[in-house]
Amino acid sequence: MSFEGLKVRVGADIGGTFTDVVLECGERLHSVKVLTDHAEPESAIVDGVGRVCREAEIPESAIDLLIHGTTLATNALIERRGAKTAFVTTAGFRDVIEMRNEGRFEQYDLNLVLPPPLVSREHRFPVAGRIAASGHELVPLDEEALADIGRRIRDEGYQSVAIGFIHSYVNGAHERRAREIIGGQIPEVAMSISCEVSPQVREFERFNTVCANAFVKPLMSSYLRRLAAGLRAIGTDCPVYMIHSGGGLISIDSAIEFPVRLLESGPAGGAIFAADYAARYGLGRVLSYDMGGTTAKICLVEDCTPKTARTFEVARTYRFKKGSGMPISIPVIEMVEIGAGGGSIGWVDEMQQIRVGPDSAGSEPGPACYRRGGEQATVTDADLVLGRLDPAGFAGGEIPLSADLAGAALERGVGDRLGMDAATAAVGICEVVDENMANAARVHAVESGRELSDFTMIAFGGAAPLHAARLCEKLGMDSVLVPPGAGVGSAIGFLRAPFAYEAVHGAYLRLSRFDAAWTNDLLSRLSQEAAQFVSAGADPDDMVFSARAYMRYQGQGWEIVVDLPMRTYGPEDGAHLRILFESAYAHLFGRALDGLDVEVINWSVQASSPPVPAARVESPASLAEAVPGERREIYDARLGQWVGAAIHQREGLAPGAIVNGPALVVERETTTVLTSDFDAVMQVDGCLLIRRKMTEGSHE
Amino acid sequence: MNEKLADVHMQVMWNRLISVVEEQALALVRTAFSTSVREAGDLSAGVFGRDGLMLAQAVTGTPGHVNAMAAAVRNFIRDIGEDNIFEGDSYLTNDPWKGTGHLHDFTFVNPSFRDGRLIGFFACTAHVVDVGGRGFGPDASEVYEEGLRIPIMKFAERGRVDANLLNIIRNNVREADQVVGDLHSLSACNDTGHRRLMDMMGEFGIDDLDRLQAFIFGHSRQATLERLATLPRTSCSNTITVDGYDAPVTMRLRLDLAPEGVLADYDGTSGLSALGINVPLIYTTAYTCYALKCALAPAIPNNHASLEPFRVTAPENCILNAGHPAPVAIRHVLGQFLPDAVLGALHRVLPGRVPAEGASALWNIQLGVRPLPDGHPAPGETLQSSQVLMFNSGGTGARPVLDGLSATAFPSGVHTMSAEVMEHVGPVTIWRKELRSDSGGAGAQRGGLGQVIEMSANRGHHMYLNAMFDRCDHPAQGREGGSSGAPGVVRLDDGSPLKSKGTQWIPADRRLVVELPGGGGYGDPRKRSRQEVEKDLARDYIRQDAARSEYGLGDT
Repeated sequence: MSFEGLKVRVGADIGGTFTDVVLECGERLHSVKVLTDHAEPESAIVDGVGRVCREAEIPESAIDLLIHGTTLATNALIERRGAKTAFVTTAGFRDVIEMRNEGRFEQYDLNLVLPPPLVSREHRFPVAGRIAASGHELVPLDEEALADIGRRIRDEGYQSVAIGFIHSYVNGAHERRAREIIGGQIPEVAMSISCEVSPQVREFERFNTVCANAFVKPLMSSYLRRLAAGLRAIGTDCPVYMIHSGGGLISIDSAIEFPVRLLESGPAGGAIFAADYAARYGLGRVLSYDMGGTTAKICLVEDCTPKTARTFEVARTYRFKKGSGMPISIPVIEMVEIGAGGGSIGWVDEMQQIRVGPDSAGSEPGPACYRRGGEQATVTDADLVLGRLDPAGFAGGEIPLSADLAGAALERGVGDRLGMDAATAAVGICEVVDENMANAARVHAVESGRELSDFTMIAFGGAAPLHAARLCEKLGMDSVLVPPGAGVGSAIGFLRAPFAYEAVHGAYLRLSRFDAAWTNDLLSRLSQEAAQFVSAGADPDDMVFSARAYMRYQGQGWEIVVDLPMRTYGPEDGAHLRILFESAYAHLFGRALDGLDVEVINWSVQASSPPVPAARVESPASLAEAVPGERREIYDARLGQWVGAAIHQREGLAPGAIVNGPALVVERETTTVLTSDFDAVMQVDGCLLIRRKMTEGSHE
Repeated sequence: MNEKLADVHMQVMWNRLISVVEEQALALVRTAFSTSVREAGDLSAGVFGRDGLMLAQAVTGTPGHVNAMAAAVRNFIRDIGEDNIFEGDSYLTNDPWKGTGHLHDFTFVNPSFRDGRLIGFFACTAHVVDVGGRGFGPDASEVYEEGLRIPIMKFAERGRVDANLLNIIRNNVREADQVVGDLHSLSACNDTGHRRLMDMMGEFGIDDLDRLQAFIFGHSRQATLERLATLPRTSCSNTITVDGYDAPVTMRLRLDLAPEGVLADYDGTSGLSALGINVPLIYTTAYTCYALKCALAPAIPNNHASLEPFRVTAPENCILNAGHPAPVAIRHVLGQFLPDAVLGALHRVLPGRVPAEGASALWNIQLGVRPLPDGHPAPGETLQSSQVLMFNSGGTGARPVLDGLSATAFPSGVHTMSAEVMEHVGPVTIWRKELRSDSGGAGAQRGGLGQVIEMSANRGHHMYLNAMFDRCDHPAQGREGGSSGAPGVVRLDDGSPLKSKGTQWIPADRRLVVELPGGGGYGDPRKRSRQEVEKDLARDYIRQDAARSEYGLGDT
């Protein structure tokens, strides 16, 4: 292993269209994109690893570590392509995953269709036995009935079993016993129990999470085993680790046991990618902005750490609308995803207003300008018509773009209905999509109690550099970093991920009855659980632990996250926790309240390998105006007029080169647009640092 | 900038304005104490022009405030007086006839000033935990018994909160800390909206909202009228009867459809009830408009211009136009049936567009749990007194081409709460909460299923039920040959029946069982696809008997 004394690390990200593989050896970074193989996803990785090694001229056997993230689990949930799954649950609660929260996520649609449950009713088996909220047993588990259920599961050919009982996050004894009884009869069937997969209060979220785990488990374990075998076959027998939703690394064995933790691992890589650049540039507050072909993803990164949550929603079925998917309660890098990408389609609604997305032309047929039969007007078509893309240079010239087809699609889809020419329709589409993204970012910031004006944006993904400057104008932000290799950001991000695991547990505590011994015991158990997952990659003595509590005033329905000091608590610490809560509450909502008790609902401890100090990127030694090549007219939305933009080739810009907006910085996969308000300086590591010009009118 | 580009610019500002009110609403949801606000989105938030006309409203969990709040702001401007409006002011009321129909809802209005000039208003409404009086329930015979009534007045003047007012409220309500917390949250959420609006105006370089208002109203009015122009010019009517409190209530509706607008008139509807299920007209209007918008113009956002073509009238002091001092505390029960009345009338002229009737009114289980005189708690528990409130929904009516939704709220947009969390809140155990077989009305499209809930007080406690359930005697009707949904049932686990309205003690050794109504079916059940019938049978949505007798499974 290793090559010329340097560690060789490979990141592999399977996305819907492309599988990205990057190889890092010392300062060298190589990347390849291969088409995702939906039938045998591992073969695209094996193929990609071979290709990137040849490009780097490094033998496959020299690879020291391979880190992998994938959307396979997410896609299996979206497409409902999983194992035949049985769900064993508490009698009286057979329909929890079907009844959801009894609400409608869209108020005015009389023909609303709710997402069907992951396991339909005939596959859900209720069994008597009941744990109380206090954790005490109310009704003993009906073991005879369980044995019958076990036989049915065997005879009816189920491949996977999920077990979820009421209040199992307090006391999982019944779930573990049920696993023994059923598993004893059919050892070959995959088992998942909710007190291990997601030990959090709220039965709908927890049951759905354990069902999702069971649903994808056979598929994912078979895939991961084939991947390991495929890599060995080409001489790569290095350790393979998986990136999880929370942005840390876990072993293949853990991933096989808890595949639900792999959901959203690709996007998590993007956020880590941004966090790594935040560290290199010493940026305390960052908005990670990833815009690809079908969606845009936005994440807050503070103190070089992506913001996390303990639940999220996957597989939204209705225009990305909150509530139209299924809840998964596991720690996750919190991201807002909206249907806004290069392929998003523009259209006109009943009020004669332009709308964009969430429907996307995807990569096939793609935008009209790709000449592949796409007829609808997409964001990429609008970008082309507004001069932001070079028709001849797109994808290194491999996809010659047609401005005529783009213009015709814009007129057909939007212009003709509103009496606009193609260019005005293009302005409309871009302004609407930019506004959608800006609103999503602004609302997310507000929900987190943040103002974006002092954040720096880190923009990556194929379409982000085209829209980043305009987004900054809308959000009142002053700077953007556009790193190199932005098209494979997630895979690069994988290489920067720590070994980390967050253990979350539902446990109810009122601060007025604070119990130090109970708290210490709980935090110590969570620490052990988290450490166990991290021990594959870090020595327990070196691990860094952090704790959080999800707290609220008694009577409220929303918990806020409060960071807790990691230490042994004493009886007087109830008051201390209250102070911590009140300060977090006041920060979010303006002021704390009097006279109300405070309660903790969930607790979490994260264990992590020690942080590797990032090498700070030095400023360029000297600055010099870059020499522009040709010029092209582009539309500046803030000024509301066409302006002449200088065209620069990104690879031709030396460190310290200054580009003055309006300008275009062109590279193989994308173009960075500098509006009139911005200039940019090429950094020594290849990043483009865009800043608002400090001249009059710099603030609108 | 050419004219078309100016339109694009206006559209972007309109989108932003909607985002501003969504943020305003979000701020309220996240800080509220009232269960119905935080869990169920029982609130509204909106921005208004300086003439008090509504420009944009957040889409929240309840249609009950649509239009009600829209009308309220002009009441505020009139009662406060235009010369008495200052920067930093905040106004409030919970007057059922000037706000949103009962004392538990507080409406707050804050003027928005830019550079010292009044440019508009922010308003919001939310249900608070308590307003004194008898507590939340139907048992008052006059509104005076239902709690404290605050006229339209200043909560704060030039940024200074009226301490006397807070003192009076604090001394007249239960859970005073939470109520006062909610009042501050309401006022603060208007401030959040104002700050966002100022950011937006700065960014777009505008000094007032007048042009944007004209643009929004123009587009909304035109889009609404275009939809109305596709309707036949005709009248249609419908009558529905529901259980009511002391006697069945008949709601009679006539709709006059015309290209310039729709008039809904409730002439012929039952008179006032002696108890608090009466509905002020402002609330009748809200649910009527909601149903009309769902059926006729669902994609057009709510604002003054898109709501203006819909008018609602009802004879004075019928149960849907209750005047002061009628008791109105639980006006939502009848209010939630109004969409059934409206959609049924529309069905006569627009067949194939609207669903069958549904369970419609929420089945909110309200329990008072008390320790027994010499009760001993279960291990790990303590004896405590607790109020428990749980939102639950029956089935919705089948749609012309889709089954009804099982255990799903309509027309209300509320959510239920986690059973596990409920059991932490009060000393109760929920033994069962699952779908109710055979409760969906049979049809080519099946009605949504109701649900069955069983619960009991924990050891050492007993509890009383404050029942406010409907559709026990008058189930949801099907359409076009579809059967009605199953009626609701309230009982003990030993089978003894309970009343569907009013306070009743549940013996300590018994469980309360409620079986929620199902939605009506749509079309002839014998025309339902055999595959669907078999699937329903496999899932136990229907039982063998019903499959045979209602759907004719096995017949050739």
